[in-house]
Amino acid sequence: MKKVVGVINLVDEKNTLSELTNHRSFASVPFAGRYRLIDFSLSNLTNAGVNTVAVFTREKYRSLFDHLGSGREWDLDRHQGGLFFQPPADEERKNSGDIHSFYENLSFFKRSLSHYVLVTNGQLVWNVDFDQIIDEHEAENADITVVYKPCDDPYTSGSHYNVLYTNDDERVDRLNLGVEPLPGDNVFLNTFLMKSSLLISLVEDSIESGKHESINEAIAANLDRYHVHAHHFGGYVTFIDSVESYYRYSMEMLDPNVTQELFYNTGPIYTKVKHESPAKYLESSSVSNSLIANGCTISGTVENSILFRGIRVGKGAVIKNSIIMQKCEIGEGAVIENVILDKDVSVSPNEKVISEDQPRVIAKSTVI
Amino acid sequence: MSKKRCVAMLLAGGQGTRLGKLTTRLAKPAVPFGGKYRIIDFTLSNCSNSGIDTVGVLTQYQPYILNSYIGIGSSWDLDRKNGGVSVLPPYMGQKGGEWYRGTANAIYQNMYYIKQYDPEYVLVISGDHIYKMDYSEMLDYHEQRDADATIAVLEVPWNEASRFGIMNTDDEDRIVEFQEKPDEPKTNLASMGIYIFNWKTLEKYLTEDEQNPGSSNDFGKDIIPAMIEDEKNVFAYSFNGYWKDVGTLQSLWEANMDLLDDDPALILNDPAWKIYSVNPNQPPQYIAPQAKVTRSLVNEGCVVYGDVYRSVLFYGVHVGLGSTIRNSIIMPNVKIGANVTIENAIVESGTVVEDGMSLGSSDGSISLIADGEIVSVPK
Repeated sequence: MKKVVGVINLVDEKNTLSELTNHRSFASVPFAGRYRLIDFSLSNLTNAGVNTVAVFTREKYRSLFDHLGSGREWDLDRHQGGLFFQPPADEERKNSGDIHSFYENLSFFKRSLSHYVLVTNGQLVWNVDFDQIIDEHEAENADITVVYKPCDDPYTSGSHYNVLYTNDDERVDRLNLGVEPLPGDNVFLNTFLMKSSLLISLVEDSIESGKHESINEAIAANLDRYHVHAHHFGGYVTFIDSVESYYRYSMEMLDPNVTQELFYNTGPIYTKVKHESPAKYLESSSVSNSLIANGCTISGTVENSILFRGIRVGKGAVIKNSIIMQKCEIGEGAVIENVILDKDVSVSPNEKVISEDQPRVIAKSTVI
Repeated sequence: MSKKRCVAMLLAGGQGTRLGKLTTRLAKPAVPFGGKYRIIDFTLSNCSNSGIDTVGVLTQYQPYILNSYIGIGSSWDLDRKNGGVSVLPPYMGQKGGEWYRGTANAIYQNMYYIKQYDPEYVLVISGDHIYKMDYSEMLDYHEQRDADATIAVLEVPWNEASRFGIMNTDDEDRIVEFQEKPDEPKTNLASMGIYIFNWKTLEKYLTEDEQNPGSSNDFGKDIIPAMIEDEKNVFAYSFNGYWKDVGTLQSLWEANMDLLDDDPALILNDPAWKIYSVNPNQPPQYIAPQAKVTRSLVNEGCVVYGDVYRSVLFYGVHVGLGSTIRNSIIMPNVKIGANVTIENAIVESGTVVEDGMSLGSSDGSISLIADGEIVSVPK
């Protein structure tokens, strides 16, 4: 087996989820009732046998650090390799591109003695078989393999996507950085594989010449020089870039076909274990079309909603079309509709929290 | 090894004969309980929550699942550099070896394990019972009373007392007489099978007991009576909480149903006393639009399309459209098809129930569905 080190690159994360990303990094935004977004890419790496993973962060990494711990839940508490949490070494570089994070960690790549580096990010909800991508990379005799997905989401917003164009041989001949994709465009999932030695030389060249601020720029500028192969990812993947899309993709988790693919078909998705008891449904509970995590105690009505771990829903309370994060308390007779409650929100009995059109976020620890 | 104040010895070799086919491949402590746990999780969590970080687990009957479940103890925070959990099966030595002949003999054969920690006290517990107890409080009591041995006791209904080891105590809670399953009990204070001994005293009694060929090498039958006979300081420590010996299918079923009360006597989600278990890494449960789930415990990985009432669903259970589950315990990864009715039943892990089947009974008896066979147990 070829030795691969993984990088979860969070340096270019955008804080586009309003209150959800005010205090935490995008990668540690809670998702699907018990996970953080980073769990998906991290578990995909573990499932491919990658047991050395560096997480490059820029800011707001407190909750992420707490979540990842020693990496034990992902089998990354290793003597050989393991999880490396890499915040910026130099405070002054906070606003510069990710090429500096790679440069600061060159010794990590050199020391790891790995053959390949697999770089991905922490905001994709997907279950990808990285082994298959490595095999394809070798079969194609590529220098770099980049992973893309044709955009199937007509609502993507913001011009921070990267779109690639290929020739007939699935070889990338153009990579447009920082654009807003149209449906059908091949969106680069900021996931790529190359030899460690190539990554090291790309990073060193970029820094020495001062030409590229990001690793993607360095790849885009070298399409003539290297064989850059495009891997079409055919599975389920999310394009979360706003509260609206976070809500919309969350609700897709109520489709058993989606959860079957995400959680069962390839490898498992690991997350931090909380040792909550099973969910308890009392006599007056009425739950339909909902995802319920352990530790919940439900006496009220829950419809088309996602309940994270440890939530109490009082008698007569009604929750509809909502996402309720960890440890929220919903008092008796309260009505919650079309909202996202961040962690530890407490809604007093008989209060109404209803959002008419756009789903609204209620910030962490709010008392209503 | 550095010295420990207290080492716990957890007896986990029980066969659980009265649980029938449920323990064909499992020791009783490994039997699933409460939608997510195995019975042994309660005692291991008690040790962890009581600050006892050195636990020897004595296994004998069908040990594989138990061994792999306990692993290095990380689920209970018992993966320690000094101490932690150690699984102690019977072993061979140069002079041969033998099975554990009784509870006392099991500890006797593992005295080398205890000695390396040079403890003041040894806590002997069994992995067969469901309860939450702070052993450190019992240990404080043992110290305060300057006891040689302390036995945790529970008041049981008088009509059930003859099923237990019964303690007769004086005004100061000193145990003056111990009767194993007496026909005419003098008190209703039953032994919970939880003992704290001064290690030096226990070492002496275990060694002497081993030299007595007539002994059954059992704590309740031999060691405790011998200590009382010698007028050692043996005290009763009263426990008032929930405690259940889930030794029969009926009591296993009842203990699971107890958890479904609005305010159950055994609280599973107390943040100050968590019950730890090995996590199966499953997504949250999905309750479909057609489903109706009330008065039940449901674990992660379940997908429910049917009706579930007064039941306990372990992880990975699927309940098909039009099916009804009532008063039942459905163990991990059971797949229930469409239009199935299951009532008053315990369904063993991994069972596949085909569409349209009707299992269990409505006459109050509990059925066990295991290995595709239905075993009915009269009430």
